[in-house]
Amino acid sequence: MRTTRPGGAASVALVTLLTLGPAACGGGSEGTPKASDKKITVYSGRSESLVKPLLEDFQETSGITVEARYGETAAIAAQLQEEGSRTPADVFLAQDAGALGAVAGKDLFAALPDVLLDKVPAAYRDEGGEWVGVTGRSRTMVYNIDQVAEKDLPESVFDLTEPEWKGKVGVAPTNGSFQAFVTAMRVEHGEERTQDFLHGLKANDAPIREGNGAIVADVENGTLATGLVNHYYVYELAKEKGTSVDTLKAKNHFFANGDIGGLVNVSGVGVLKDSGDDPDVRAFADYLLGTQAQTYFAQETYEYPLVAGVASAPGLPKLPSLKTPDIDLGDLDDLQTTIAMIKESGLA
Amino acid sequence: MAPAAGVRRRVRRMLPRPALAAAATAAVGVALLPLVYLSVRVGDAGWPRISSEVFTSRTGQLTARSVALAGLVTAASTVFGVTSAFLVTRTDLPARRLFGVLAALPLAVPSYVAAFAWVSTVDGFEGFWAAALVLTLVSYPYVFLPVAAALTRADPAQEEVARSLGSGPWHTFSAVTLRQVRPAMGAGALLVALYVLSDFGAVSVLRTDVFTRAVFTSVSLGFDRTGALVLATVLVVITLLIVSGEQLTRRRAAHYARLGGAGRPPTRLRLGRLRWLAASGLAGMGALALGLPAASLARWFGEGVSRPGSLTGLATAAGNSFTLSAAGAGLTILLALPLGLLGARTPGPVAVVLDRLAYLSHALPGLVIGLSLVFFGINVAYPLYQSVWLLALAYAALFLPLAVAAVGAAVLQAPPALEEVARSLGRRRFHVLRTVTVPLAAPGIGAGAVLVFLTCMKELPATLLLRPTGMDTLATELWSQTSVSAYAAAAPYAALLVLLAAAPTWWLSARTGVLAGGGS
Repeated sequence: MRTTRPGGAASVALVTLLTLGPAACGGGSEGTPKASDKKITVYSGRSESLVKPLLEDFQETSGITVEARYGETAAIAAQLQEEGSRTPADVFLAQDAGALGAVAGKDLFAALPDVLLDKVPAAYRDEGGEWVGVTGRSRTMVYNIDQVAEKDLPESVFDLTEPEWKGKVGVAPTNGSFQAFVTAMRVEHGEERTQDFLHGLKANDAPIREGNGAIVADVENGTLATGLVNHYYVYELAKEKGTSVDTLKAKNHFFANGDIGGLVNVSGVGVLKDSGDDPDVRAFADYLLGTQAQTYFAQETYEYPLVAGVASAPGLPKLPSLKTPDIDLGDLDDLQTTIAMIKESGLA
Repeated sequence: MAPAAGVRRRVRRMLPRPALAAAATAAVGVALLPLVYLSVRVGDAGWPRISSEVFTSRTGQLTARSVALAGLVTAASTVFGVTSAFLVTRTDLPARRLFGVLAALPLAVPSYVAAFAWVSTVDGFEGFWAAALVLTLVSYPYVFLPVAAALTRADPAQEEVARSLGSGPWHTFSAVTLRQVRPAMGAGALLVALYVLSDFGAVSVLRTDVFTRAVFTSVSLGFDRTGALVLATVLVVITLLIVSGEQLTRRRAAHYARLGGAGRPPTRLRLGRLRWLAASGLAGMGALALGLPAASLARWFGEGVSRPGSLTGLATAAGNSFTLSAAGAGLTILLALPLGLLGARTPGPVAVVLDRLAYLSHALPGLVIGLSLVFFGINVAYPLYQSVWLLALAYAALFLPLAVAAVGAAVLQAPPALEEVARSLGRRRFHVLRTVTVPLAAPGIGAGAVLVFLTCMKELPATLLLRPTGMDTLATELWSQTSVSAYAAAAPYAALLVLLAAAPTWWLSARTGVLAGGGS
């Protein structure tokens, strides 16, 4: 029984905590810049089944060992803030820009070199150069082809507050992707129109789901007629059913002509402060924005590659044809206002 | 002089021995780690922020809904738990051993698996009543197990006396039997209430807006850690009220707690025509609590084409779940021993206060416990950070009350006279503890360890935050697969998780004595 030893260490540590109390907090060492040790630690808010094959490929081609921790993007952002400068992490791979903005806001990221940033269009990276987008995800309206005829599909997302859509548009207001969309709407069309839109959805009895996956599943089985989601969820569903997206009842409708309903958000990567000069970390960031990884994302996760010269999955409209509003995707002050508005509308 | 010495001796007997008290205090310290973290972070937030977060109509609604959900589930679990325990131990119910096991097994089903199963089976299954049903189905074993054990051990003579004095079966049950098992019932009900307050899995899947969901939403919406922690503090206040309330009812019930150690089986009530009605009721409960999730998992597996990576991956995850949960259960029991001993052998205000303090963080969501151990690991115990032991410490902070209750009950049953004999023969206190008390209480302590073990297996948020890098468990793999809609790949992990948890649950129900004795 070796249980006593670490238990003993723990109680010593506990006594230290109780005596030192809050004085012991936040006194983390600054640490020295890490040199190449052929090893990096990645905190991934993106799912293991998607990211692991990529990390294994990187490990094989570069000879750099990757230690990966997987979790919810938001929980990892909170964890990184709690860890501060003593974090074991070198890299944060996040599901959405808001989380990267939260960590950048606590001054935990290193500035990325321009050569890396310049690989990606300015709309998909941090204005301060502390994180960069890796893949793009477009907002779409998923619809059941038996319940909605193609000719009846709306031109603008604003049409969805009309009476003919009553009870038919599923939304996931507590999901980050919906909030980024609402934030973009505020920037593009102002607070008042956004407020009207949210109240309109609520008044139209928009069915509420926990996430995009649940909406797409319900559209496929006919429980919901339509829903506002990210574009790749129909592909995930088709994959799970072992079929192609063409055979599904659930189809993507892309809002055209730069309608805000077609906002493109990103998943992205940031490098923790002490690892800014680590060549291994730099090699990993380069790899994520390289042709191979970008192609992998395009083909396996059906997201938009953000680096020029890599084709997106067949059947998707070209990224440049989707207009993206001029907003800072990581701007959290804006996100807080959005959340307050969503709560106020009664949707969440 | 003599009376003064007598008083001093009596006072000394009331006060716990210093070593034991120190160990118990350290154990409570672990359980209170999350509260230290909460007070540091909430202190940082400042009063204006706190009041703008706490004194809102939304906080009021959350409080009302959380308390109502906890109250409803606790009441329903108590009714189902006591009824099934009574049917299984005290009546001529057909196949009662089978039903004894069936009634305990839902403990092996994680609430998020049960909720997922219901949502994917029943259209539009969501909201308050849906959450109340699912939570009742997974948590009534917390009442069933201790009450069944108490009913098996209770002295049948009291009931026989009541019957011989002309009391009818129903009156005997309510006036004698129910009172005998009241402490067990109260302890189980308390665990259910706090479990419901802390549960995130079921309420998030079934979209019921209660405190835990608001805490998680705060973190995932706008990454607002401070708002989340302020809300979590309200949960601690609610817990404090519930725990003190339960203590008050416990004090009034104290004199019923002395159960005689009668070594003969109780008389079984003849149900007559009600026999089959009771059996089908229990079978129905079993079908809802176990059959429906099992059917759902089979359907996920059949309908999807995704599969877990490999059998090795499955086996590794199972092995990791086992290791982490065993470490968690071991450490928790170690910390629970001094607390349980203190409560059983030197009852008094110190023991009561320490015991109640151990419950305070039990209703906090796993995410908050996880973050507080991140804080502790980073600032105080850096060498332990992202090691098995820091996660084990988190499990101890989460589940200490489960173990303390079991240890306390087990030590109470070990006659103190044996310890006194050993002491009078010149054995030292620690030696007596090791060679007399612990062996006598071992089965009860084992039951506590098993309960903590299977609860650790199901835990997800703290495990995700604190596990050693690269260490996947069944629960984390299940989460990982469902987050990309790969339900077929998730099903085997869920099934294995339930099966691995079922084995110790089986043992727990066997321990209550429902499997022993005559009957089919």
